[in-house]
Amino acid sequence: MSCIEVQNITKCYKGTKALEDVSLRFDEGKIYGLLGRNGAGKSTLLKIISNRIFADSGCAFLDGKRITGNDKALGRIFLMNESNLYPQKMKVKNAFKLTKSFYPDFDQKYAEKLSELFGLDVRKKIRALSTGYGSIFKVIIALSVNTPFVFLDEPVLGLDANHRDLFYKTLIEKYAADPFCCVVSTHIIEEVSSVIEDVVIIEKGKVIKNQSRDSLLETGYTVSGAASAIDSFAADKNVIGFDSIGGLKTVYISGKLNRSEIPPELEVSAMDLQKLFVKLTSGYGEEEK
Amino acid sequence: MNINFDNDKPIFQQIAEGIEDAVITGAFQEESQIPSITEISVQYKINPATALKGINILVDENVVYKKRGVGMFVAKGAREKLRQKRRNAFFKSYIETMLAEADRLGFTRDEIIAMLKEDDEK
Repeated sequence: MSCIEVQNITKCYKGTKALEDVSLRFDEGKIYGLLGRNGAGKSTLLKIISNRIFADSGCAFLDGKRITGNDKALGRIFLMNESNLYPQKMKVKNAFKLTKSFYPDFDQKYAEKLSELFGLDVRKKIRALSTGYGSIFKVIIALSVNTPFVFLDEPVLGLDANHRDLFYKTLIEKYAADPFCCVVSTHIIEEVSSVIEDVVIIEKGKVIKNQSRDSLLETGYTVSGAASAIDSFAADKNVIGFDSIGGLKTVYISGKLNRSEIPPELEVSAMDLQKLFVKLTSGYGEEEK
Repeated sequence: MNINFDNDKPIFQQIAEGIEDAVITGAFQEESQIPSITEISVQYKINPATALKGINILVDENVVYKKRGVGMFVAKGAREKLRQKRRNAFFKSYIETMLAEADRLGFTRDEIIAMLKEDDEK
């Protein structure tokens, strides 16, 4: 099975560390969620792997071979991000043709079918597309390109709820028919949570979580109730965050849930990815200020 | 089959329970075909590996069986088996939860019994 391995990548922008000693691995045939706050380093990481920019140190490998300057490896990786690499005056349908010349497995018929499904007019010029349709245009190319590794950096930016729904359904349909490695970086965690199998969380240029979604969610739970009862219950627990309103308090606990030790007046609920993410990346201390 | 995802249970478990519900209500008849992994995944926008994990619970419990190259079917006797399983879990999943809430509200056991009888007479 093919895989991309990132080893000890560090990247600085004018003295600020965007990525610091990042190592991870993306396996073929899996959907990953790459999560992080603004400026955490997600886009930088994806750009380095796909050779759009270069790391200060460290390397990315595809099946053990360095990706840098390796056209064969790069032909197997597709990155969709905020930049548009097509001439602005080009029509959408011609952009599809052009893509085919770079990526021989690009499925033009499928791209046209998706355009119809999303309501994208292929006769339009790229510069005439709205923000939403600009994203849709790029998403359609990414879904039709048929490379074993597809990176989607903020694919749903500017998409309305209907189009986001259609995007996730199309992605899953495509993936179910022929699994490929798809790395989705997004801010809309709630929506992507059920779609992904593995989660990578980046915080300030470092990987802080990298595991399956299910196993990550099993590592924590939340308990709410009267503040005093919560405080005594949580005293010996590993608390990663809390919310409080009036005399009510909710604590986010990292650790295995043991239902029998929960006092009856407290309510337990499972951790969801969005909550966990917010707590992991905002820090416990900040809220106390 | 209708699933309203909540956050209290893992998704694969909710998928398994959603199919169980459909078998118990008769929406999925015994020996009839159930939706494929792809159909379930696309419909609910979930990762196919998650859907598979949910289905595999049902396969392990002999509620659903796979016919190679054809699809998945509800096993004979599945409905009764599930009813029995749900009956066994009824006390824990419904009665205990109800009593916990009743205790918080200060209902006595006699008051609860009276309410149940009242409902019965309707």
